[in-house]
Amino acid sequence: MENVAVQLPLTEIASPKRARKRSWKRAERLPGEPRKIAYLYLAAPFLIYAAFTIVPLVQSFDISFYKWDGITPGTWVGLANYKSFFADPVIRGSYLHTLVLIVFYCFIPTAIGLLLAALLSRMRIHGLTVFRTLLFLPTIITDVVLAVTWTWIYDPHGPLNTFLGGIGLGFLRRPWLGDFHFALPAVGVFGAWEEYGFCMIVFIAGVMKIPASLYEAARVDGANAWHEFLAVTLPGLRYELTVVVVLTMIDALSTFDEVYVMTGGGPGTATTVPAFEVYNQAFLQGEVGSAAAIGITLMLIVFAVSYGITKVLEPRAE
Amino acid sequence: MERVSRRRFLALGGAGAAALATAACTPGSPARVVKAPPKPARTGVTEKGPVTLVLWDQETGQVSRIWNGLIKGFERKYPNVTIHRVERGFSDLKALLKLALAGPHPPDVVEANQGWPDMGEMVKAGLLLPLDNYASAYGWDKRVPPTINADNSWTGGGKRFGTGSLYGFTNAGEIVGVFYNKTMLRKLGLPLPATLADFENSLAVAKRAGEVPIQFGDVDAWPGIHEWAAVQERFVPESYMKDFIFGLDYNRVSFVTPQNLRAATIIQDWTRKGYFTPNPLAIGYGDSVAHFVKGQGLYMITGNWIVASLGADNPDFGFIAMPPLAPGGPLVSTGGPGFPLSIASSSRHPDVAAAFIDWMTNDAAAQALVRSGEIALNKGFTPTGVQPGTVLSDMLATAARLRDADAIVPYEDWSTPSFYNTLTASFQELLGGKVTPGQFLSKCEADYSAFQKSRPTGSPQTSPAG
Repeated sequence: MENVAVQLPLTEIASPKRARKRSWKRAERLPGEPRKIAYLYLAAPFLIYAAFTIVPLVQSFDISFYKWDGITPGTWVGLANYKSFFADPVIRGSYLHTLVLIVFYCFIPTAIGLLLAALLSRMRIHGLTVFRTLLFLPTIITDVVLAVTWTWIYDPHGPLNTFLGGIGLGFLRRPWLGDFHFALPAVGVFGAWEEYGFCMIVFIAGVMKIPASLYEAARVDGANAWHEFLAVTLPGLRYELTVVVVLTMIDALSTFDEVYVMTGGGPGTATTVPAFEVYNQAFLQGEVGSAAAIGITLMLIVFAVSYGITKVLEPRAE
Repeated sequence: MERVSRRRFLALGGAGAAALATAACTPGSPARVVKAPPKPARTGVTEKGPVTLVLWDQETGQVSRIWNGLIKGFERKYPNVTIHRVERGFSDLKALLKLALAGPHPPDVVEANQGWPDMGEMVKAGLLLPLDNYASAYGWDKRVPPTINADNSWTGGGKRFGTGSLYGFTNAGEIVGVFYNKTMLRKLGLPLPATLADFENSLAVAKRAGEVPIQFGDVDAWPGIHEWAAVQERFVPESYMKDFIFGLDYNRVSFVTPQNLRAATIIQDWTRKGYFTPNPLAIGYGDSVAHFVKGQGLYMITGNWIVASLGADNPDFGFIAMPPLAPGGPLVSTGGPGFPLSIASSSRHPDVAAAFIDWMTNDAAAQALVRSGEIALNKGFTPTGVQPGTVLSDMLATAARLRDADAIVPYEDWSTPSFYNTLTASFQELLGGKVTPGQFLSKCEADYSAFQKSRPTGSPQTSPAG
């Protein structure tokens, strides 16, 4: 009998009396069940989040209905700020430029990242880590430093034009950032170069968790590298793909520093973007209401786009 | 314990946000009512107790060092006064100044930028003191040309620009004109141009000789304003420029005029003929100055601030105002006061602040500043110790002529809060051939008339600035 009792689970051993005594401390629930104390832990980050994100967000929303200079009382103008920037070709143009930048900031780096991940994970060569590090480098260096460097690369007398001349493609030489047609793609190419490293690293991490047995099975079935990529790698990376596309898309929509440093929105208004217009309206022109309206619109677009991508790409829970 | 579903959480959050939004009120605080301080019985510091003035400025380099010297001198003269100087970068100051002046610990004396979005907004919010009584006590109204003070003048509530009370004062001036490379001019066998036609002719000669006629880089966009105004001012009367920029007579001025069309056509013509540096839209201002210093370019149309880069005592460069249309025509140039010193409406020592502003702008201060390549616009002041035949002596001689003729026209980007963007972007499009001269004018006019229409009603004032 004694031996049997010892083998009983701990909860059974405790006498009913002791259990009742302690009941104020241990509610009758299993470990891992929700407890009210959790709200206290959540309160701290929530308060910080509320103070620095939610409250300013609500304020911006409020301000976007006013014509406001930033100091004296604003005038209620309803939706006029939203309406006026749909009519303003410069602000409308800034949203259109964003569409072009999405190709460069999101689609191209994602494709390059996938390609590099597929290559680097298949190859068994010495110094692989070195290659990975080198390829990842653009992502970890400060944007502004890189933007200054690329401005120099794009200079009319810079390395890019010198190179083009050197290989007999002199007719392609142009003042890249000063050209009305090429300035925006030039900023975009820089963006793609900045972003692909991040995509690559996430994909490489994803590829590593795909079981080797799946590749073996594919090979047994006679799959070549391309089939393998389509049938094994790509489906295995759906989560990573969602993350990468959402994050790079947000980067594309919120581009600011590249434009600020490289072109200042020029030539003319060929490279203005919404975030740049927010800064311009709020800090240079004293139109805080209009700036808030652009910001709120940008936020709604980011929400909608992220939600859409998640819906389409994220694997459904089985 | 019931779990709050994600959907329900979002719904709750949304309701909370909506409740907050409806509870939120009009942003901003009412404008302060500012009374002009009375005319001081005596000039100079009369307070006996210890006084600390907080000064916010954006001066850098040599000027900053000169300021430190001047401030020490003021503190020596009035031992009970301490100047606590806070140096801010230009863009820092632009972004922070309004908030700081409206905040709980405002500075006493500040360098406020001119124009609608800066000084205009501060006057509207009642953050700055009207300085008229100090101006008459210290003679600031006669120390510099009237237009220079008009650039710092607003009517109450910041409704009108270029007239009303004085809200900032400086003797420092800026002048835009034509720098020329003396060696190249000699080599090309050209005389100094006396008319616009001479100037155009020299551009053609320089181009044929394989030189860059006008060194110009416009990535930074603002240099375009000066390039444009230098040509425009040859065709329009000076009064038009002041009327347009101050907007005092805004019912009757327009950007779309035959004179402006001619000026815009000339700019595009010069671009086509290659009179500017190739690809100006891809060259930064700093690079263009560096190229000019190295001897690339016969001319460079820009302001006195590059004198330091050229070297004040450099005898190889010269400076003239852009030559007039006809020989002996009026001398006009874009420019204006530097950053003026203003007094915060909340300052507890406005009289001391005024004495300080006077100290920083008297003839002794002017003499100290001139050596750094700055221009002092003090009337009747002739700087000493300037070497003849240098770019600095050319600059000061031209500045003195413009000062005495009151012919320093304000910067055109002051016309409306968004005119800087509109003018610079449209000018880049004009250079790049994206728009015709006519489209350039109508883009600028659209901005101008939209702003003038949005201004508080009231009959526009036609009396001249002053």
